[in-house]
Amino acid sequence: MTDSKYFTTTKKGEIFELKAELNSDKKEKKKEAVKKVIASMTVGKDVSALFPDVVNCMQTDNLELKKLVYLYLMNYAKSQPDMAIMAVNTFVKDCEDPNPLIRALAVRTMGCIRVDKITEYLCEPLRKCLKDEDPYVRKTAAVCVAKLHDINAQLVEDQGFLDTLKDLISDSNPMVVANAVAALSEIAESHPNSNLLDLNPQTINKLLTALNECTEWGQIFILDCLANYTPRDDRESQSICERVTPRLSHANSAVVLSAVKVLMKFMEMLPKDLDYYGTLLKKLAPPLVTLLSAEPELQYVALRNINLIVQKRPEILKHEMKVFFVKYNDPIYVKLEKLDIMIRLASQANIAQVLAELKEYATEVDVDFVRKAVRAIGRCAIKVEQSAERCVSTLLDLIQTKVNYVVQEAIVVIKDIFRKYPNKYESVIATLCENLDSLDEPEARAAMIWIVGEYAERIDNADELLESFLEGFHDESTQVQLQLLTAIVKLFLKKPTETQELVQQVLSLATQDSDNPDLRDRGYIYWRLLSTDPVAAKEVVLAEKPLISEETDLIEPTLLDELICHIGTLASVYHKPPSAFVEGSRGVQHKRLPARAGSGESAESPEVGQSGTSEAPPAVIPSQGDLLGDLLNLDLAPATTTVPSVQPSMQMGAMDLLGGGLDSLPGVSHRTEMQSPQPSSDYSERELGGDIGGSPSMGAALGAPAAMPAALSNAPAVGGGLGDLFDLGGGVGMPTGFYVAPKTLFLPAMKAKGLEISGTFARRGGIIQMDLSLTNKAMSVMTDFAIQFNRNSFGLAPAGPLQVLTPLTPNQTIDVSLPLGTTGPVMKMEPLNNLQVAVKNNIDVFYFSCQYPLSLLFVEDGKMERQVFLATWKDIPNDNEAQFQIKDVHLNSDAASNKLQGSNIFTIAKRTVDAQDMLYQSIKLTNGIWVLAEMRVQTGNPNYTLSIKCRAPEVSQFVYQCYELVLKN
Amino acid sequence: MIGGLFIYNHKGEVLISRVYRDDIGRNAVDAFRVNVIHARQQVRSPVTNIARTSFFHVKRSNIWLAAVTKQNVNAAMVFEFLYKMCDVMTAYFGKISEENIKNNFVLIYELLDEILDFGYPQNSETGALKTFITQQGIKGQTKEEQSQITSQVTGQIGWRREGIKYRRNELFLDVLESVNLLMSPQGQVLSAHVSGRVVMKSYLSGMPECKFGMNDKIVIDKQGKGGTTDDAGKSGKQSIAIDDCTFHQCVRLSKFDSERSISFIPPDGEYELMRYRTTKDIILPFRVIPLVREVGRTKLEVKVVIKSNFKPSLLAQKIEVRIPTPLNTSGVQVICMKGKAKYKASENAIVWKIKRMAGMKESQISAEIELLPTNDKKKWARPPISMNFEVPFAPSGLKVRYLKVFESKLNYSDHDVIKWVRYIGRSGIYETRC
Repeated sequence: MTDSKYFTTTKKGEIFELKAELNSDKKEKKKEAVKKVIASMTVGKDVSALFPDVVNCMQTDNLELKKLVYLYLMNYAKSQPDMAIMAVNTFVKDCEDPNPLIRALAVRTMGCIRVDKITEYLCEPLRKCLKDEDPYVRKTAAVCVAKLHDINAQLVEDQGFLDTLKDLISDSNPMVVANAVAALSEIAESHPNSNLLDLNPQTINKLLTALNECTEWGQIFILDCLANYTPRDDRESQSICERVTPRLSHANSAVVLSAVKVLMKFMEMLPKDLDYYGTLLKKLAPPLVTLLSAEPELQYVALRNINLIVQKRPEILKHEMKVFFVKYNDPIYVKLEKLDIMIRLASQANIAQVLAELKEYATEVDVDFVRKAVRAIGRCAIKVEQSAERCVSTLLDLIQTKVNYVVQEAIVVIKDIFRKYPNKYESVIATLCENLDSLDEPEARAAMIWIVGEYAERIDNADELLESFLEGFHDESTQVQLQLLTAIVKLFLKKPTETQELVQQVLSLATQDSDNPDLRDRGYIYWRLLSTDPVAAKEVVLAEKPLISEETDLIEPTLLDELICHIGTLASVYHKPPSAFVEGSRGVQHKRLPARAGSGESAESPEVGQSGTSEAPPAVIPSQGDLLGDLLNLDLAPATTTVPSVQPSMQMGAMDLLGGGLDSLPGVSHRTEMQSPQPSSDYSERELGGDIGGSPSMGAALGAPAAMPAALSNAPAVGGGLGDLFDLGGGVGMPTGFYVAPKTLFLPAMKAKGLEISGTFARRGGIIQMDLSLTNKAMSVMTDFAIQFNRNSFGLAPAGPLQVLTPLTPNQTIDVSLPLGTTGPVMKMEPLNNLQVAVKNNIDVFYFSCQYPLSLLFVEDGKMERQVFLATWKDIPNDNEAQFQIKDVHLNSDAASNKLQGSNIFTIAKRTVDAQDMLYQSIKLTNGIWVLAEMRVQTGNPNYTLSIKCRAPEVSQFVYQCYELVLKN
Repeated sequence: MIGGLFIYNHKGEVLISRVYRDDIGRNAVDAFRVNVIHARQQVRSPVTNIARTSFFHVKRSNIWLAAVTKQNVNAAMVFEFLYKMCDVMTAYFGKISEENIKNNFVLIYELLDEILDFGYPQNSETGALKTFITQQGIKGQTKEEQSQITSQVTGQIGWRREGIKYRRNELFLDVLESVNLLMSPQGQVLSAHVSGRVVMKSYLSGMPECKFGMNDKIVIDKQGKGGTTDDAGKSGKQSIAIDDCTFHQCVRLSKFDSERSISFIPPDGEYELMRYRTTKDIILPFRVIPLVREVGRTKLEVKVVIKSNFKPSLLAQKIEVRIPTPLNTSGVQVICMKGKAKYKASENAIVWKIKRMAGMKESQISAEIELLPTNDKKKWARPPISMNFEVPFAPSGLKVRYLKVFESKLNYSDHDVIKWVRYIGRSGIYETRC
């Protein structure tokens, strides 16, 4: 008996024949006909015309036939809603069937029929099935709630199914528990603010028990759900970890990866000196290595995840280099991923082995793989200084092979090596020049031109070489054109006598004959520089360049932390946050790693956050010794404070741009790439940052005023004409609605041995910044600046080092923007918004305290849904309500609401009663506290009444201050 | 979760299409065909994102299985599920081929309905599925039978049904190891590991409780501390260090974690009890010593020696050495001491086969390879020399110490069970660079 024959009937009049067969009296014939219908449906033929006939076959005791009819129904019910009603009776009847398999089948299928009228009928049977005596029916019903919620969320809430679903978490059958957890997790994703998955120690305990007993898939659901929980303290965290670790030995890789996710996340909370912490680290390595013996597709998923884990916690796999060696038969996607991890694990200890491997790979067949291997050799040179020489000689060997793409790739990486170790390997330049003619890729050509320009004084025929490129100037790609322009200007500054003609030629090509604005502008800037002040031009163009850092390809830390929370999922495979590839609101909330013990009270729920800290004694600035110690730690970190580098500020710029709403646009999927530029692709941009103070990168800087001061300070010698350009940039670069108070004096020069600090706070595109002006009023030069905050109420802490890149000369002022994060240690301050700061320089450590507006902490997604607002308003006890008067505001309610929105105070609803506008507003703080407000505005009355309700009433006062500030400025 | 599941033949025609979520439309079926199956290039990733829809695929012979989603699903789970799906189909109708899929499409739809609900994988153990998804229909069942099915499908022991009876209680244990090696031309071990599996075939009555023991270093050291010193000293030498192991879902993992004891109620019939990996003290059954010499531009001289490195009383079988040759080879002359060697132009390799070889022996092959002169600047990549073989021992040194069976309700004891143990070591990727 073969069913394949059903696939082959393609006669005309087929539908008509099928109709006759479906209505046949013979059961066998009917079944045959339905099979034919399903086969046609599979290959994409439209058989919806047979709907009534197929539905007629539904009333049968033959289960196989019934399933086929159901399959048909699921596919076509939506296109024939009226006729689908015909099926309802059978469903309802089947839900009462004595056979549990049939009951479950009915409830399972009904949930898949997305017709409103049918969903109404579904409620009663579903309610019964959720309480069915048979676990098979209950587990099916649990999933059905999620299906129904997808069709009509309101209905599910109104019918109270969510509560029933919650009860199922305590079910005696592990599979029911697992499915209920899966359904609840899914529903909770589309209600980010609801406390649906009310995870508390009791439910966690239930889940952990079910974990031991349910199927492999159920274990995955439960582990993925557990990963969303934030333990109260490190002890709870440890006990959960202990109960999850056995899962690392499961045969199912997905169970293992989900367990790894839970452990990686909860490990954050464990104190590092704990013995258990070390044990746990050791336990993680073997299962990760084992994943590499799975099927290739799973290996790929595992490798993408290991890539993240290695960046987060390099210590776990540092001894496992060998397992990442590429096998000859690995699929190409596995090879490429392994290569990436090999570079990340490369260290002085294993570099010899790694290099030998890489050299081996560079002779393989696959072009992409070979290129990556060559690039990897260059990265090793940059990463492990001791190996640089060997890497260079390996690269030279590879150039000798004359394989075109190998040569080009090698030249690109050698350029990076030059940037890391200037004036060390110039002896190879001659060899490189020999291969000039074979370069046909823009990146390689640009790299070669850069090298020629950079070392023009040592290459006798540099002018000839560059001139040869100039002939086809307009056929080159922009990258090459820009590079050529810069290189010739460099050459001119080094050998002005012979090259005057050349430089004029290139400047006119760039400015007059090109329609590329970047090229034209760079041409003009050089031109003006050269004509105004050649000496200054020399200082700018030939200035010493920052060394490239070894880890430019790392994923940006906040993204990395988010991805760690998504281990095992698609996000971790793409290395992108879910919002980059998931439509709609589902699953787009950003996940965060929990904070380490001690600061654990920064807390998810506002109650814990507040009551936990309110008993804490009022903070005093710790003794100088403590803080000094902390600051010393700060220095030990690989901070960029001592190495002048424009790069971090550029990265900030990129982040800022992206934060500003671009996320929500479809197709912005290159986030990762933008934030972690490869060493070779971004050099021209950074190069210029160093050359002329960042002006050509204006595009990036426009949206990111933060980048401006840093970039400026890097080129102090640029005066005159270029100054206007910066002013222009600064003017355009303040588009956000956030009100920024003018800078106030934080630290007078008297108290700080001549250092004067004034500043203000701002929130730009979701990023909190502290804008500081540092003025040197002393006689000597100040260097080595660093900053640190004392614990504070909202965990504010610097998210990057203080970017003072050049020494501060007497009477000089530098503007710095310090990005702040809110994940620092928490301690309640008096007043609440007080911030104690320590600034260090080469002279001493200075302390001051300042107060920030609370609106700094109002987050962008603070708009509550109406219902939630209503419920929350009622829920908060009346004692927590505070009333304030805002006087002398001459705005109507709409203007006020617009203005407030700029500071993330969102108006949810407006009601007008008796010429009085009532605005209902919500605010969310960075630590998850919600503030609800009602603002009454009477037409013609400049005084507003403001009622604020919040579970943490302490903040009301400060929220009121923000309203005042925003409305009056 | 999984939004839809499609099966295609090699031409990209849809054989099975099941949609679970509303966000997946019919156009997804075509998107995958056009962008992946019909794309001319090699597959660059098993996960493809086309217009915000993610496609996961695996290939079995020339059949493509693709799972589709628009959400941030657990990617590892989706692949595990696809493999599982293949296992289930194989268990039902044998090889996954276009013909078999077409012949069983009704069954496949029925299975898909059962093992995936709204995109969430449900119980997919073949043992359990076979009790109620049959092509015969299930109407003849009594109420007890029905509830037994449902409790098994959802229960804690979903992999085994109650009431199994055998006249003869018997079990077979196969320790199957594949030994992997990458060696430098100079004979330095670059990497070596054994990945092993313990496969069990059980024909036992009732719900037997089993306990499996092997010469795991951690267990033996632990016992050695408390036990007699004499015994510990002896077994200490023979114990092996297991880097990592994973178990079938029947094994109680929490018990393994706390006591390192492997206890379980086995599924009926054949299944994989555990997988493990070792990297220390591996017995490498063969050593390959290559010597490649380029004589001028048109000639290569190759000499390869293989040495067997195990007890002389044991016999290795199915030995095959594969020596790659350059693409521009025009002719090959081979001389070998033992077995048969042939130049296979289509595979660009000399294949040397030896049927049997005892331990501590040595054999040699030498070949002269004539090359056509070419202008190609690209050097020959010199792929490694690979080897295949089978040996009757476990290269990791793993030994089964016991497998105890307890069934309290039925009247058979551990002694009545007939047990068989077999060790097979095979070559995995066993390569020597030349």
